[in-house]
Amino acid sequence: MAGGWLNGVKRDFTSEEALKEYFFFLADDALMLGQQLSSWCSKGPVLEQDIAIINTSLDHIGRARLLYQELAKMEGGEVTEDTLAYFRDHLGFRNALLLEQPNGHWGDTIARSFLIDTFNFYLFDKLRSCSNKALAGVAEKALKEIAYQAQWSAEWVIRLGDGTEESHHKMQQSINSLWMWSGELFEAHPMFDQLDDSFVRFESLREVWLHKIGEVIKEATLIMPSPELWMQTGGRYGVHTSELGFILAEMQSLARTHPEATW
Amino acid sequence: MSTTNWKLWEVFLRSKNGLSHKHVGSLHAPDSNMAIKNARDVYTRRSEGISIWVVPSESITASSPDEKDALFTPSDDKVYRHPTFYDIPDDVQHM
Amino acid sequence: MGTNVSLEDKFQSYVDAENKVEPKDWMPEKYRKTLIRQISQHAHSEIIGMQPEANWITRAPSLRAKLILLAKVQDEAGHGLYLYSSAETLGEPRDKMIADLQSGKAKYSSIFNYPTPSWADMGTIGWLVDGAAIQNQVMLTRTSYGPYARAMVKICKEESFHQRQGYEVVMKLTQGTLEQKEMAQESLNRWWWPSLMMFGPSDDNSPNSEQSMLWKIKRKSNDTLRQEFVDKTVPQAEYLGLTIPDNDLVWNEDRGHYDFGEINWNEFYDVVKGNGPCNKERIAHHVKAHEDGAWVREAASAFAEKQATRKNKESSAA
Repeated sequence: MAGGWLNGVKRDFTSEEALKEYFFFLADDALMLGQQLSSWCSKGPVLEQDIAIINTSLDHIGRARLLYQELAKMEGGEVTEDTLAYFRDHLGFRNALLLEQPNGHWGDTIARSFLIDTFNFYLFDKLRSCSNKALAGVAEKALKEIAYQAQWSAEWVIRLGDGTEESHHKMQQSINSLWMWSGELFEAHPMFDQLDDSFVRFESLREVWLHKIGEVIKEATLIMPSPELWMQTGGRYGVHTSELGFILAEMQSLARTHPEATW
Repeated sequence: MSTTNWKLWEVFLRSKNGLSHKHVGSLHAPDSNMAIKNARDVYTRRSEGISIWVVPSESITASSPDEKDALFTPSDDKVYRHPTFYDIPDDVQHM
Repeated sequence: MGTNVSLEDKFQSYVDAENKVEPKDWMPEKYRKTLIRQISQHAHSEIIGMQPEANWITRAPSLRAKLILLAKVQDEAGHGLYLYSSAETLGEPRDKMIADLQSGKAKYSSIFNYPTPSWADMGTIGWLVDGAAIQNQVMLTRTSYGPYARAMVKICKEESFHQRQGYEVVMKLTQGTLEQKEMAQESLNRWWWPSLMMFGPSDDNSPNSEQSMLWKIKRKSNDTLRQEFVDKTVPQAEYLGLTIPDNDLVWNEDRGHYDFGEINWNEFYDVVKGNGPCNKERIAHHVKAHEDGAWVREAASAFAEKQATRKNKESSAA
């Protein structure tokens, strides 16, 4: 977290800010992933998978809504789930950089989902016993969906890794190129100083995540990149890649053209 | 243009315990594992089922319609198999 | 030949008695061909019809609207699949149907060759296009071919939310800001006439209709369905305060129906022939997705084969 790149970002949080920050991490991750997966609609490799990927997209956006609704309650005033999704700029978004990486080909999308779904599975499993009742409730509902997603993306990694020579090569490339965005998921963060232990510390999931990822990659006959490789950072502090600008431009354009409108 | 040579599978759903599986349609998948997953995504979008069977279409042997008479007609005259065959007074309820 | 005639007569009286035809039953070859053409065309319409709406999913103006639209387009994919599945019971593989779609040999509903430049189109499509489709589909739940009829029952059940969703989108616009109202009217202006064309040529010019009616594949004529649609839709537009772009539209007391203006059949045939604004784009999009996915489908097949071989080895070793 040191270094010039993140100079000037917020490091001190009140407990109220810390709580919101935690919700924003989860909500923005869910929205970003749901938004990206939704653009596969009508472009999947086979009709059955078009339907499957839309299902997961619906789950992510649905989860994002629940979390934004909680945030809107915390923020009060005129804030709604939609003002949070549509009227924040890139600086306000707290999603991990992994989630804003482009869809690429089917293997790229699968690799991105695999890395985050596996993380989400362990995270939401533990969050079911969070002291924040709203969050525990969301986790309880979401875990069933996430378990399915994690299985779906892991199976695809295996299928592509152990498929043809071409798919094996492509899947390895996808994992390799997305790898540097995975470390950020497990970063420590100053907000945790203000949150009790039932708010799962992301770094505590790293071991079990690495183990599971390694297992699947092995079954897929692929090579796991070293966890010691250089990892990118910034998303959790609102310092994003250029990709986010395009995602937001597309997602927010209509809502911002008619700021007074209800839909 | 390459083609999808994924097998065709027939899908059967049990809508709730106590009912038998019912044929709902078919789909394509390379293996049974994905066939089950696809069936879940395609045929249970509105919670239509709690249990799924998938069967490769090629594994189903169907009776030929030409044998229909031989197979099904014999039971047409076994009216005693149907409850309405028996005269029960209306006063006797719940039967 | 003599036997053939009697079989066809038998078939006709079987269908006349409102019996359903099932996949392995004997049927005239032309009945089978007609069904394959119609069901696959119907399936293609669902699949190509995803594109004009998928176009707005990433830009939907609220999270609720995004979820609803996504679920709706997903239903269309599902309906396409149900329909491909019922056409496959006639011995036509999906691969072949898709190849015919991409080569232009098979058609799909021309309505999807119009663009969707406006969010209001998400409402208008649901309201008018799905409305017109439902008109047709409700009739088809009673079609004589069993698997087709069953697919339609399922589709109609699920589609009931689509038209309501569309109407709600338009209603919110008409109750909204001035710009939103204009958006709704402008969209109706573009979609009204193409929606009427969806029912196909008028009965005098519909070459396949008569035989289809006889076989009870089709149960109502194009013009009857079109009239029902107009009668139903005009009051809905009035409720929204929108103007239907037809100066000849007027209630005819004697007929008990709305009279409406002449459809521009030249435009209809031009779009059918491939000259609509989006014909090329729709097929190119489909072809690209299919080709981009080729390596994925191949990989999944290869993996399935490997798995099967491993299983065999295990069981023979045991």
